[in-house]
Amino acid sequence: MSADLLGLSADAQAERVEAGELSGEELFGFWRSRADADDLGAYLWVASDNPGGTLPPVAVKDLFCVEGVPSSAGSRILEGYRPPYTATSVRNLIEGGARVLGKTNQDEFAMGSSNENSGYGPVQNPWDRSRVPGGSSGGSAAAVAAGSAPWAIGTDTGGSIRQPAALCGIVGLKPTYGAVSRYGMIAFASSLDQCGPLTRNVADAARLFDLLRGPDPCDSTCVGIEEALALPRAERLDGLRFGVWGFEEEGLDPGVAEVCRAAIGRIEELGGGVQDVELPDAGHGLSAYYVIAPAEASANLARYDGVRYGLRSPVDGDLTALYEQTRHDGFGDEVKRRIMIGTYALSSGYYDAYYGKAQKVRTRIVENFRAAFEQVDFVVTPTSPTVAFKLGERTADPLAMYLSDYFTVPMSLAGLPAVSMPAGLSQDLPVGLQIAGPAFSEARVLDAAHALEAAIGFEGVPRP
Amino acid sequence: MIDREQVLHVAKLARLKLSDAEVERMTGELSNILEHVERMDELDLEGVEPTSHVVELQNVLRDDVPRESLPRERALEGAPDAADEGFRVPSPGAP
Repeated sequence: MSADLLGLSADAQAERVEAGELSGEELFGFWRSRADADDLGAYLWVASDNPGGTLPPVAVKDLFCVEGVPSSAGSRILEGYRPPYTATSVRNLIEGGARVLGKTNQDEFAMGSSNENSGYGPVQNPWDRSRVPGGSSGGSAAAVAAGSAPWAIGTDTGGSIRQPAALCGIVGLKPTYGAVSRYGMIAFASSLDQCGPLTRNVADAARLFDLLRGPDPCDSTCVGIEEALALPRAERLDGLRFGVWGFEEEGLDPGVAEVCRAAIGRIEELGGGVQDVELPDAGHGLSAYYVIAPAEASANLARYDGVRYGLRSPVDGDLTALYEQTRHDGFGDEVKRRIMIGTYALSSGYYDAYYGKAQKVRTRIVENFRAAFEQVDFVVTPTSPTVAFKLGERTADPLAMYLSDYFTVPMSLAGLPAVSMPAGLSQDLPVGLQIAGPAFSEARVLDAAHALEAAIGFEGVPRP
Repeated sequence: MIDREQVLHVAKLARLKLSDAEVERMTGELSNILEHVERMDELDLEGVEPTSHVVELQNVLRDDVPRESLPRERALEGAPDAADEGFRVPSPGAP
């Protein structure tokens, strides 16, 4: 049974349960033993009970609140915190028949592109254990790639689903902002955060996204998507227009560019039209992002003060001393950096020069995409400028780490759906191709990715 | 560019204690990041409206129907120091 299940899509596993060939408990038990045996550092907690389910269980990024289950967002400041309620997205999964398999490691409060900012240790990339899995949803990506989870959810603020999916050779979808509820997601940057699936194939991503999405009275920014989402079936791309962007960027690794260009060649073979597209201001996306996201984070993270939950450092002094010492002891370096940048950018006298300006750049990028989508149906870019880098390679240089998000941040700022899918290998490591569409075009994006996936024929199995 | 005094001021605003080594490191790192961010100045943004949010929403309203909220004891469960149905903290004016 075992090897068999490992090779099946989540959907095919569900069909076996439905056909009575195996029970939900057997399916859950199979994956729980795989998760228990994880030695990549991908999990922070694995279920000890066996709640079964009609669908394969889901590995859930640590920052999703799950009632009674440790939910620390990868931070020591929330060590041991067990929320009294469950995130809407996770509740949707449970109600749909997919139970929680475990909580996955992540960069602290989702701030990072390598998972090295976790308060609980790094995650190794299953393709090469000396390399990072990407981040911030690095545990979710590594677990799916290594086969210790059948599928997973993560969150994406500037690339945190797509980039680790690319670096681990799996599929990751960042939905349109407002498609999935953020209620119960421990917040990083509220105007950007969005929950989405990390899976081994495009059909599974569609299936999981279909369970996650929907309006929520507890998140007024979540408008959901009205119509039902059909599973992707496309085999051809005739009549569709793909706009290519980003290949001029100097930081783009030539090997990554080559693999992505080959995948774009496949698009043409399938009947799709390919043309270059201009996003004149998207190159400034990173600058705007690294003001907006830290600014929102500095406000969101004000709540970690040693009073209501998590860590409290012992102090002799007054209430302010308690706040300052707890935050000093509980937050890691990157989180402190972002709180500082965000607080600076919002402080008196600097607001217009940084935050105000970044919001205007954001408008420009929204307009760039609007203009592009008058000419093309999709925008296609590499997901990450490089393949998975070595553990420790970029930790000393925050700015070098930020550049990992160059291709994914513009879509985040514009709130657009984008999928990263495996395009092939460079230096024996996976390369991701990003396909983005207009707001709420998830069904079309996934359909196109499905056709391309079959044409590329990526063997989604890391070396042993 | 950001100097040591500014780092200390911002840390105070953020209620974040920093060690001397952190202040030192942060001064350089924040300056580098801000230098990169300031490339936005290359753009002419005259007359561009700011975007704070991408979903175009009016006020989202619902009927004002009373419903149960989280019980007090549940809300206090995660507190490092709960007492007398509340969160106990040092006095704001303690020495």
